[in-house]
Amino acid sequence: MGTLRLEVFTPQRRVFCAAVASVIAPGLEGYLGILPRHAPLLAVLKAGVVYCRDAEGKTERLAVSGGILEAGPVKVIILADEAELAGEIDVERARRAKERAEKRLRERPAGLDLARAEAALQRSLARLKAARAI
Amino acid sequence: MSAIREIKRRIKLIKNIQHVTGAMKMVASAKLRRAQSRLYAARPYAQKIVELVGRLALAPEAQSLPLLASREVKKKAYVLIAGDRGLAGAYNSHLIHLAEQCLRREEQPVALVVAGRKGWQYFRRRSVEILKSYAEIGDEPDLSLARELARQLMAIFLEGQVDEVNLVYARFHSALRYDPLVERLLPIQAPSLEGSDSLDYLYEPGPMAVLETILPRYCEIRVYQALLEAKASEHGARMIAMESATKNSSEMIEQLTLSYNKARQNAITTELLEVATGAEALKDQG
Repeated sequence: MGTLRLEVFTPQRRVFCAAVASVIAPGLEGYLGILPRHAPLLAVLKAGVVYCRDAEGKTERLAVSGGILEAGPVKVIILADEAELAGEIDVERARRAKERAEKRLRERPAGLDLARAEAALQRSLARLKAARAI
Repeated sequence: MSAIREIKRRIKLIKNIQHVTGAMKMVASAKLRRAQSRLYAARPYAQKIVELVGRLALAPEAQSLPLLASREVKKKAYVLIAGDRGLAGAYNSHLIHLAEQCLRREEQPVALVVAGRKGWQYFRRRSVEILKSYAEIGDEPDLSLARELARQLMAIFLEGQVDEVNLVYARFHSALRYDPLVERLLPIQAPSLEGSDSLDYLYEPGPMAVLETILPRYCEIRVYQALLEAKASEHGARMIAMESATKNSSEMIEQLTLSYNKARQNAITTELLEVATGAEALKDQG
C-alpha cells in the first residue's frame, strides 16, 4: 500500500497537508472512503468530518463545511468553504451556534431562511463531531 | 525678526506633517505585508478551482448552465473596486478614470456596482445607475464580504438585470506597481488550460452537480482575489505616496533651515553694524 497526499485548502489558507494512508470524506450522498490508487474522482462534499489515517494508524479529524474533493491515484485535494483541524475548533462557539440554529429551526420566526439555518446547524454539528464534543 | 519667527514656525509645521506622513507610511507598509500574505494564501485554492472549471466547463452540456451561458448583451454592469480612503497617490483616480472610460465606451445601457467609499463618493453624484454599493471594504477584506458581493452579482446576473458583469480593479505587482484592469466575471469564461490532462473522472453525484457546486465558488474566489489584489495595491500606493511626501518635507525643511540661517546671519550683521557705527559716533564726539 502506498500513501496518499492529502491537501485541504480554504480560500484563506492551506489547512492541512500530509501523507496519509486513507481518507474518509462526507460526500453529498454519503461518506466516501478513499485509499491510494483511487480512480480519478470529483465529488461534492457536504458539511461533515473528514477522517484521515496516517501510516501508523493515527487518525486526524477535520471539520469541513461543504466543498469539492478531487481524488487521484496519489493525491486527494479538498477545496472546502471552511475547514478546521479538530484541535483548532472552538467548541464553545460551535455549541452556541448549534443551539442558535436549533432554536431558529424550532421557533421558525418570520422571514427565516430555512436552508441557511439548516446549513448552520450542519456546520456546527460537523465541528462538534470533529472535536469529539458530542 | 518677524521673518525669522515665521520661518521657524513653518519648519515646525512641516516637521509635524513629516511625523504624520512617516507614521502613515509605516502603517501602510505593515498593512501591505498582511494583505500580501493573504493574497498568497488564497492562491492555491484559486489555482485549483480555475483548473477544475477549465476542465469541466468545456463539456457541451455545461453551456446550458446559466452562469456559463452567454446571451445577447443588452445591459452591462461594471464593478468598481476602489479604496475607502484617499492619500494613496493617484490610486483612486486611476481606477475611477478607468471605470469612467468603460462606461463612456459602451453603447448599450450600463450600471455600476461600487465597492470602496472613494468610488461611491465620486459616482453617486453622477448620472450613472448604481445597482449596489459597498461603502466600506475595510483594510483587510474578509471572505464573507467577498461572498456577499459575489452572491449579489450572481443574483443580478441570473435575474437578468444585466447580461454581463465586469470587474474593474487594480492588480498588485509590487509596492511600486499596480495595474488597473477590467476583467469579465460573468458569464464565466472557461479559463483556457494548456496541456490539461483529459483524465476520465468519476463524478459524485454527477458532472453537472459538481460543476454547479464549483461555479459559484469560482465566482466567489475571483471576487475575493480581486478585493485582495485591490487592497494590496492600495496599501502599496499609499506607502509610496507617504514615502515621497516624507522625502519632500525633508527637502523643504532643508531649504527653510537654509533661509532661516541666512535671515539670522543678516540680523546679526545688521546688529553688529549698528553697534559699530554707534561706537564710532561716540569716539568722534569724545
